[in-house]
Amino acid sequence: MSDPLIGVVVCHRELASALVGAAEEISGVRGALVPVSNTGCDRGDLEERVREAIGGRPAVVFVDMPSGSCLIATLQRLRGHPEAAAVTGVNLAMLLDFLFHRDLPPAEAAGRAVNVGTRAIRVPA
Amino acid sequence: MTLALARVDDRLIHGQVVIGWGRPLGASFIVLVDEAVRASEWEQELYRLAAPPEVEVIFASVEEAAAALPAWLARPDRGILLTADVATMVALQAASGGRLEAVNLGGIHHRPGRTQRLPWVYLSDEEYERLQALAAAGVRVTAQDVPATSAVPLESLR
Repeated sequence: MSDPLIGVVVCHRELASALVGAAEEISGVRGALVPVSNTGCDRGDLEERVREAIGGRPAVVFVDMPSGSCLIATLQRLRGHPEAAAVTGVNLAMLLDFLFHRDLPPAEAAGRAVNVGTRAIRVPA
Repeated sequence: MTLALARVDDRLIHGQVVIGWGRPLGASFIVLVDEAVRASEWEQELYRLAAPPEVEVIFASVEEAAAALPAWLARPDRGILLTADVATMVALQAASGGRLEAVNLGGIHHRPGRTQRLPWVYLSDEEYERLQALAAAGVRVTAQDVPATSAVPLESLR
């Protein structure tokens, strides 16, 4: 059996740290999510931060926006990397679910995260 | 309405450009002048993803951009021109015969040899001198990350 997936969260400013902190506090699962901020770096530096966070492990990379510097750096890093997949529009619901489904293949885990995250967006009755 | 913004920003098309500047300016096209991106279809696809679907994205080398600049300046809609570094913007200005009236410095991040001028602008002495030469030739050079902040004149970045 391969290693469980690592989740890398790539966001503007301090958003990734806040999301990871909240997910760890709620779930009690620590060390499975790695935050990456785009603060203070250009395209190359951000790609390097993503590379370091993945650390050669199978991963799902959660990105805040469906465009922009975080997504571009992530896709450049993941190109030709079959053991990793990307998801945009990260939210807390998808991160919490991911923490308990880290044994899936990356693409399947990414698809699951999209479903869970999308279902969490609604107008409560 | 011409090119409403010529900006040096090492992240090229990203949130500050698309949302911060693009929306208030009403930009309907973005010109990305970068030799590496111009040579890579894959990278061009990435940067197209970064722009709203209704915004046209044009990729150009410096030479292509210099040739097309008069047409972009004459367009009836508004556009944004981006380069990732000072050298490319200076080269474009030279190749186009000095068609740009103003240059905006956006995010230019740390690299060896650069020193901090603003929290989001790092320049080497050579880059600063190149910008000074642009200013001496009549180009208005300022640093401004988004329209809601004040433009910082080049001399304040010394």
